[in-house]
Amino acid sequence: MPSVTVESEKVGLSPDDKRLKQLNIVMKRNNYRQDALIEVLHKAQETFGFLEPTILDHVARSLKLPLSKVYGVATFYHLFSLKPQGKHSCVVCLGTACYVKGAGALLDKIAEDYHLHPGETTEDGLVSLMTARCIGACGIAPAAVYDGAVGGKQTAEMAIAKVKEWIAEGSG
Amino acid sequence: MELSELLEIGEKAKADQKPIRLLCCTAAGCLSSNSGMVRDALSQAVKDQGQQDNIEVCSVGCMKFCGRGPLVEVAPAGVLYEMVTPETAPSIISAIAGGTSTAQKGDLNHPFFTKQMPIVLENSGIIDPESIEEYISVGGYQQLHHVLNEMNPTEVVNEITASGLRGRGGGGYPTGLKWATIAKMPPQQKYVICNADEGDPGAFMDRSVLESDPHRILEGMAIAAYAVGANHGFVYVRAEYPLAIQRLQKAIQQAKRLGLMGSQIFNSGFDFKVDIRVGAGAFVCGEETALIASVEGKRGQPRPRPPYPAQSGLWGAPTLINNVETYANIAPIIREGAAWYAGIGTEKSKGTKVFALTGQVQNTGLIEVPMGTTVRQIVEEMGGGSPGGQVKAVQTGGPSGGCIPAELLDTSVDYESLSKLGTIMGSGGMIVMDQTTSMVDVAQFYMDFCREETCGKCVPCRTGTEQMYSLLTKILKKQATLRDLETLERLCEMVRDTSLCGLGMTAPNPVLSTLHYFRQEYLELLQTDPFRDNGKVATAHQV
Repeated sequence: MPSVTVESEKVGLSPDDKRLKQLNIVMKRNNYRQDALIEVLHKAQETFGFLEPTILDHVARSLKLPLSKVYGVATFYHLFSLKPQGKHSCVVCLGTACYVKGAGALLDKIAEDYHLHPGETTEDGLVSLMTARCIGACGIAPAAVYDGAVGGKQTAEMAIAKVKEWIAEGSG
Repeated sequence: MELSELLEIGEKAKADQKPIRLLCCTAAGCLSSNSGMVRDALSQAVKDQGQQDNIEVCSVGCMKFCGRGPLVEVAPAGVLYEMVTPETAPSIISAIAGGTSTAQKGDLNHPFFTKQMPIVLENSGIIDPESIEEYISVGGYQQLHHVLNEMNPTEVVNEITASGLRGRGGGGYPTGLKWATIAKMPPQQKYVICNADEGDPGAFMDRSVLESDPHRILEGMAIAAYAVGANHGFVYVRAEYPLAIQRLQKAIQQAKRLGLMGSQIFNSGFDFKVDIRVGAGAFVCGEETALIASVEGKRGQPRPRPPYPAQSGLWGAPTLINNVETYANIAPIIREGAAWYAGIGTEKSKGTKVFALTGQVQNTGLIEVPMGTTVRQIVEEMGGGSPGGQVKAVQTGGPSGGCIPAELLDTSVDYESLSKLGTIMGSGGMIVMDQTTSMVDVAQFYMDFCREETCGKCVPCRTGTEQMYSLLTKILKKQATLRDLETLERLCEMVRDTSLCGLGMTAPNPVLSTLHYFRQEYLELLQTDPFRDNGKVATAHQV
């Protein structure tokens, strides 16, 4: 992992940071138990948007865990991101039902129109494209999640329209 | 809390109900088709037409026919409306008063509904999942009371054993036997865990149960905890299911408030609490030892068994792990008796199974059928067959399972029959594929899944899945020869025999199964090998 001390000096976390306080509350509520690490990381990602090295360091110190362990957990699970995410997120479900019903075409179209591939964010930081391994909305496949709202029976045009809308909003 | 108080809460909830109830599905499937707005439009229309004393709008759990959502049912008349929009919603209220409705009417007498046998889903689509009172009004928590006051733990274990219930997570291990193993461990800290890490792509049974009837899971877990001598439970649920998590949290709070969870439940000596653990997106965490590691806040990597979690599980304590659907079966078994449950299903597979019927099929949604129902009945009668024509194959068991080809659709659904075909019951995903689906492509899709989801701990799984994936890709690109196919088959066997946990051991299944039934599709993609067969492409009978 990149040298964390240098990173943390660079980013710097003010102890008065509201987000940090929120995170500390969650850790305190869990009695700083080490087995609450995944819960704490969920909260950290929710408040900070992604898990920057300073945050991991802070969590490691607070829970008295080796940083290597915290980093290990943060990189093991797919939902934790160590990179900043776009302002909006488009998650295309790639469960079997969605796949059979053409979720792949959805991704191809987005890749073709916006050069955006799963796991990437547009250069202006507006839209992140991700894939999910089944969100359990198979009855309305293919499904995509736009900023947390599930959309069923998606076509490539519907996905493109949404992305277009976000980009227009952001630049307008 | 006394039994009389419990009954009183139920009676009151029943008395508060209006004569006509509009049941509006608010499970994730319908919600994403805008059922929230439909519900609001219905409530507004009831107000506008001055029917507040006569009609009430209720948010209920999954009404099963997800493909035609949002669904609204008029109870007790039993009229179903499909694909309701906020615009057509008010006409439903007018129709009750004798007018006509512009909303599309559904058919509750369709085989999709009539062939179902709801045990796990008996409350789903009928009660409000966010109201403990409604759950109590349909007899909820009475079985917990019965167990705590009239049965000792051994009797509970014996009852479950006699019912013949088997684990619904896919493995089919006898539930009673599992409970007995943990119950026999000397008294110490023990745990019960509910595995709600429904990772199989194409499966959403557990999500629906959690979203539609969360209290039933809590009651089932409490009965299990009493039977095995545990006092602390965890529900490990996927982060991809935010609504299920939210409803479960609410259910736990409500149960605590009424004293149905906590210390001295029903004035007995039994204490029980439940915590929720949210996953973070790792398929391997459905494996029990990996799940335990994840609950402990570690990387979700499996460890060799034995020792089994029943002996040494969470923090080294004996731990009972059952699937959502297994726990959902407990209360009905206690209520109706083991003999009743054992009378349903086949000789070795008792009870019902919930399936998520999806893919290239007319009627997608959730179905619960008795074990022994044939795949054909499910896909053709209930599902209405493929919209595009002929069904080619039905996939069960997700990345650990295999395919049932069209000619074997008369196979009955039970643990043994399915494993004979080289697939598994799995947790209940049933994906229908028609002639447009390439089976090699499907095999590659699943291998891609396993390749990404392997935890990386053991070599056969970590590198084997990667190699199998590249061989499949090569075949799909028409660059492979017969030799590559042979290598692929050898690799499949090796990964199956030498992997550490279920993920690796079953990862080759989709390939082996499609190779077995659709070998010709693979062969058609092969190139000639200049060094063999005199440059000829091998035909099917040569292989």
